[in-house]
Amino acid sequence: MMSRGTRLVVVLLALAVACALPFTLSNFRLFQFTQVYIYAIAILGLNMLTGYNGQFSLGHGAFYAIGAYISAIMMDRWNVHYGWTIPVAGVLCLVVGFLFGLPALRLEGLYLALATFSLALAVPQILKYFEHWTGGSQGLVLSKPSAPFGLPLNPDQWLYFVTLAVLVVLFWLGANLLRGRVGRAIVAIRDNHIAAEAMGVNSALYKSLTFGVSAAYTGVAGALSASAIAYVAPDSFNVFLSITLLIGSVIGGLASISGAIFGAFFIQFVPNWAQDISKAAPWAIFGVFLIVFMYVMPFGIAGAIRLLWIRARRSRVAQVPESRETAPTQAPTSS
Amino acid sequence: MEVFIQQVVSGLATGGIYAALALALVMIYQATDVVNFAQGEMAMFATYICWSMLNAGVPYWGAFLGTLVLAFLGGIVVERVVIRPVENAPILSIVIVTLGLLVIFNSVAGWIWTYVQKPFPSPFPSKPLKAGNVFFSAHDIGEIVVTLLVLLCIWLFFKFTPLGLAMRAAAHNPVSSRLVGIRVGWMLALGWGLAAVFGAVAGMMIAPVLTLEPNLMGGVQIYAFAGATLGGFTSPGGAVLGGFIVGVVENLVGTYVSFIGTELKFTVALAMIIVVLLVKPTGLFGISVVKRV
Amino acid sequence: MTALLEVRDLEAYYGRTKALHGVSFSMTAGGITTILGANGAGKTTTLRAISRMVRTAGSIVFDGTSLEPRVTEDVVRLGIAHAPEGRGTFVHLTVEENLRLGAWGRRERGSLEEDFARVFAYFPVLASRRRQAAGTLSGGEQQMLAVARALMLRPRLLLLDEPSLGLAPMVVREIFRILRAVNQDAGVTILLVEQNAALALDLADHVFLLETGRVVMEGPSEVLRKDDAIRRAYLGY
Repeated sequence: MMSRGTRLVVVLLALAVACALPFTLSNFRLFQFTQVYIYAIAILGLNMLTGYNGQFSLGHGAFYAIGAYISAIMMDRWNVHYGWTIPVAGVLCLVVGFLFGLPALRLEGLYLALATFSLALAVPQILKYFEHWTGGSQGLVLSKPSAPFGLPLNPDQWLYFVTLAVLVVLFWLGANLLRGRVGRAIVAIRDNHIAAEAMGVNSALYKSLTFGVSAAYTGVAGALSASAIAYVAPDSFNVFLSITLLIGSVIGGLASISGAIFGAFFIQFVPNWAQDISKAAPWAIFGVFLIVFMYVMPFGIAGAIRLLWIRARRSRVAQVPESRETAPTQAPTSS
Repeated sequence: MEVFIQQVVSGLATGGIYAALALALVMIYQATDVVNFAQGEMAMFATYICWSMLNAGVPYWGAFLGTLVLAFLGGIVVERVVIRPVENAPILSIVIVTLGLLVIFNSVAGWIWTYVQKPFPSPFPSKPLKAGNVFFSAHDIGEIVVTLLVLLCIWLFFKFTPLGLAMRAAAHNPVSSRLVGIRVGWMLALGWGLAAVFGAVAGMMIAPVLTLEPNLMGGVQIYAFAGATLGGFTSPGGAVLGGFIVGVVENLVGTYVSFIGTELKFTVALAMIIVVLLVKPTGLFGISVVKRV
Repeated sequence: MTALLEVRDLEAYYGRTKALHGVSFSMTAGGITTILGANGAGKTTTLRAISRMVRTAGSIVFDGTSLEPRVTEDVVRLGIAHAPEGRGTFVHLTVEENLRLGAWGRRERGSLEEDFARVFAYFPVLASRRRQAAGTLSGGEQQMLAVARALMLRPRLLLLDEPSLGLAPMVVREIFRILRAVNQDAGVTILLVEQNAALALDLADHVFLLETGRVVMEGPSEVLRKDDAIRRAYLGY
């Protein structure tokens, strides 16, 4: 859509702004931005699965929880350095996701959504059940990591940069994966899995792998959140977390990389605005926001931007009669 | 043996609740391919309306019927006003809209009626019924009877009335339905209205057991999902049966498998869903939809 | 005689793609008109435009009533029955239920039994299949059901989209025989879209030839049957 050059400029500008933020914002605001990046990583994971591969998951909070608990237990019980827990959480979630993806292969659409949904419901209960490891419903209190090498950064600023770095690496990897050969295979399976298989794509393998990679992204996000919040408890990973991630994914724009970031901003800040508007029923306001958003942008923020971009370019080329039925029936692909 | 029979009956009673809500979910799913996540919350809201009427001195069955009428109209209004503008949007966008409805109903209920638990009356006598050596709670039996009556009415409606026929046609084949002059949009709205009625029945029947609060239906909806999935999302009868089965299994597992108790109930639901789906991905009575490529 | 259906400068769009480029024709009441043309000429689109299933520009007037502002459901209520491409069977419902639905948009009330008797007289095979799920019928029987369902409306205008598609020649001849009877007994005006030009020319009294969204030729079928271009292109001799 956008040329490579334009895109690179936009990304670099955004990065420059992101690097300047820690020195202008309060610690609390900064923590909110850290949380946005964490959500963005998790949503990108969900997006790979739901947006690009067409497998619905209503249970990604489960992988987020697993990632968070792997990290927390390693830090709390075995005193492992937090930096090591993040890749371990990623790899373990990859395995768990792959294994969950194998039986899930047989399920389509709604049935997969329900299976993952019940996974999201079950995980907090399972966490409470294994009290010895997880601290039960009390959870585990952790300490915030501080900046190494005597860098002049407070823990919030340091965590912000760690998260940003992980985000950049994972988005870069994700973009390469999704825009390359593997990405084409994944999308081909979504659009027409029989045709994809006829062209030699091993659809079973790719679907389970997508599940695994998707879970790994979300697990890494969970591990980061354990350090960022310095506390894990089963009830913070309830089913609403999964639903929030899905909301972020759809609002941001399915099948889009930049959409994950838009969606993360939405789920982090819009509930706060709702709270500012109505103390009595903030969630009602949030619900209204959600519905209005879907009316205005049924293809999410990334989809709306893309349509505007196309329209702007087209109107420069020629005046084409406007038609009501131009909205694409399939979410447009690629960022 | 007595314990077993008692548990089966009380399982059937809660199962009936799941069945009613499962049927509501399946009806909307069949017509629109959308799972209405707000179904349970709409039911909870209807139950609060019934509570308000009872509080204002309306006799029980009057409030019951009044609530059904209001739920029916409410369901229609929700479809016409909230869902209709997105009916051509991608499925997931519609799902997000129902999630928006979920949080709205939940939050508004908490705002109007607070989050304090309220006792909700049962229309049935509190004295247990005795059959041989086995005692049954009258509310359980009443619950089963009411659910079965509602299910019977709806079956008769769909099977033998022209409107029921038109609704089925609109759900299965909207294009052809329009070609014979059926107003498909209104049929969908009627479907939402009927689904809201089932939900209201479920809510009013379960509230005496769980006590009324804004999160009344959260758990129930999960089991209704399990029931609908078990029976097959493409089969209304299957969904009803699935609801009953889930209720009974839940109860028996809770009674006889000691380490589960109430703590791992959701996990049991999960395990059941996964097992059934692995054996038969379309549910017990579902038909696999053949898609053209 | 005034026209029952008057189409002027009809354009139709699928998204941004224009499928009809100003089609004009008119039909008198009581006749059988056929639209001939190759694949993609716009035959089906013309019927869909009359039934308001595509976005259009131009005017369509049925018996003095303008159809453009109406939706499909209301067009049906004017007495226009459409047996669509692919037959549009309600496969999960029984034959009888399919027929009942056909009468849903009927203005005049009156008993359905009369209509059942009438369509079963035309299609006895449907009577014997009355309680069977429509999806279990053979292709020919489903086509008969599509026509029968359309007749349940007691239509003034019957739109038929390729009733011969995929059927054995004997079945096709049977259906066309019945169509003629329907036209003569009940005075139902028929607009028929057909690829089988020989059959269509036999049945119809007036013909339009559509090419890439435009009417390129029209006239009484006896005249067009003798036209060299038509003969070579559509009749193949």
